[in-house]
Amino acid sequence: MSFSRALFRNKTSVVGLVLTLLVIGTAVFSPILAPRDPREQSIRDKNLPPSRTYLLGTDRFGRDVLSRIIVASRASLAVGFGAALFGAVVGTVLGAVATFVGGRTEALMIKVIDVLMSFPTLLLCLLVLIVLGSGLSKVLLAIGIAFLPRFARISRGPTLTLRNIEYVEAARAMGAGNLRIVLRHILPNIVGPIAVMMVLWMASAIRIEATLSFLGFGVQPPSPTWGNMIQDGFRTITYAPRLALFPGIALFVAVLGLNLLGDGMRDALDPKLRGK
Amino acid sequence: MPAALERRALTKMFAYCVRRVLSVIPIVLIVVTIVFFAMRMMPGGPAMALLGDYASAEAVAEMQRKLGLDKPIHQQYFDFLRQISRGNLGVSIFNAKPVASELARAFPYTATLCLGTLLIGLLLGVPIGFLTATHRNSLWDYVGRVVSLFGLTIPEFYLAILLIILFSLKLRWFPMIGGGEPGNLPSLLQHLFLPALTVGIVMSAFVARTVRASLLEILSADYINTARAKGLRERVVLVKHAMRNALVPTIAFVGVYMTLLLGGAVVVEVVFSRAGWGRILINAMKQRDYPVLQSGLMVFAGIVVVVNLAVDLLYAYIDPRVRYS
Repeated sequence: MSFSRALFRNKTSVVGLVLTLLVIGTAVFSPILAPRDPREQSIRDKNLPPSRTYLLGTDRFGRDVLSRIIVASRASLAVGFGAALFGAVVGTVLGAVATFVGGRTEALMIKVIDVLMSFPTLLLCLLVLIVLGSGLSKVLLAIGIAFLPRFARISRGPTLTLRNIEYVEAARAMGAGNLRIVLRHILPNIVGPIAVMMVLWMASAIRIEATLSFLGFGVQPPSPTWGNMIQDGFRTITYAPRLALFPGIALFVAVLGLNLLGDGMRDALDPKLRGK
Repeated sequence: MPAALERRALTKMFAYCVRRVLSVIPIVLIVVTIVFFAMRMMPGGPAMALLGDYASAEAVAEMQRKLGLDKPIHQQYFDFLRQISRGNLGVSIFNAKPVASELARAFPYTATLCLGTLLIGLLLGVPIGFLTATHRNSLWDYVGRVVSLFGLTIPEFYLAILLIILFSLKLRWFPMIGGGEPGNLPSLLQHLFLPALTVGIVMSAFVARTVRASLLEILSADYINTARAKGLRERVVLVKHAMRNALVPTIAFVGVYMTLLLGGAVVVEVVFSRAGWGRILINAMKQRDYPVLQSGLMVFAGIVVVVNLAVDLLYAYIDPRVRYS
């Protein structure tokens, strides 16, 4: 059974795919979809409950909550995708090269990976942000760097297997440098599992970005992300809990879609399950 | 076991313990070095970060001298190592209190949060994992998998907010803020419940997944069929043979959970305004309280290392194959 057939047969992964496409579509078309300007403040319309004019109400500055949630999807998705891509590409290449080269380089890399992976990802991100400062691109970079060890570790397995295969030895005999061998012969074989990991780690990256923004270290107001919207809503939680609730629902849907899709992709790639 | 074999087994265990404990030293050194250099790479340097963008050049230079930043880097590094080895963790710039005493005061709050989380995570996660593995494709399996998925998807801070809205604001069963009155056990437990439940739910999702996966693998193994063929009741087969072995990787995963748990605890302490290490660290980051940040990160990292070490040793005790690798 081919990969796409296996994927579409699984109901939960189809749900995941639909949700993911929904969120991506919202992010891409957000300028058109948002009914109002997300930054437009109105002192008269502060803290309004949902109504026909403001479908999800307004926040404490009179800004339309629905528009802000729609526009926030861009930042969250950009960070999620960017961080996962950065971690995947850089981590996989570094891991594959170091494993391929072997010797002390490989041993040192394994040690560093083990150390980094034993720490909470959030703390690693905070550590990087201390150095980088705050803002969207810094958060993207911080999360990407925190993901590096994981992808480096994943690329070790296939690299070890392929390290000694004949055509690699032949390539070496012909004078190909290490990097070239890794890029041309080893990496193409890892793409499948790495792609699955990337989807799952995108979900994780979006969660982490929201947490960092909630703590005040990520994207700064007035640019909306779901995380900083929830932080803002938390201040008025005693009388207007919806301001913290609604952005969280969008966040949950985005992470859920990616998790379901990633799980489905992983099951579809698993040869044991495909024979069914 | 014959005495000679027993001696050999003990020696192997001892050798492994020694090796594992010694391996902590390079790890701690790497961590300390990373924290040291990270602190000095703050935008504008720690002195400027402390004083703000509009500080005069003289003020910055004075602060650098005060913090010992004008010395050459390798000297700073060795001074730092010497300082740490003496247990001097510095003094907070924000409130002039010694970092060590601040951390000591906050320790019980974080420690109890971690223990409470572990308890709830295991109490919820193990039964759910068991049920989803043994009653496949039933209602239990479905409910269990949904709960598991929920725990894996939802960010801790949002779950905390949901629980606050339900249990603190609507039902008024539990307080929203603080760690409780010191010395007053009911108050402390009341303030502990929601934070521990928040991270506990997330942790239980991971535990359930692990238990389910390992139980499924074990249930298809030969020795289970043997036990069934022997005529043992299904319950005995499941609990005595299958579960015992399924729990072994779960314990190994406790090390992984701990890192999730600590990350979650940091966030949850901020949401609930609990006076633990997480809140100290986050506040120090916001206030650029450089001594607190440096020592706090290192102590935190040290705890992670110690916990991982303890888990590894425990796992080696339970699974003898580990010692021989």
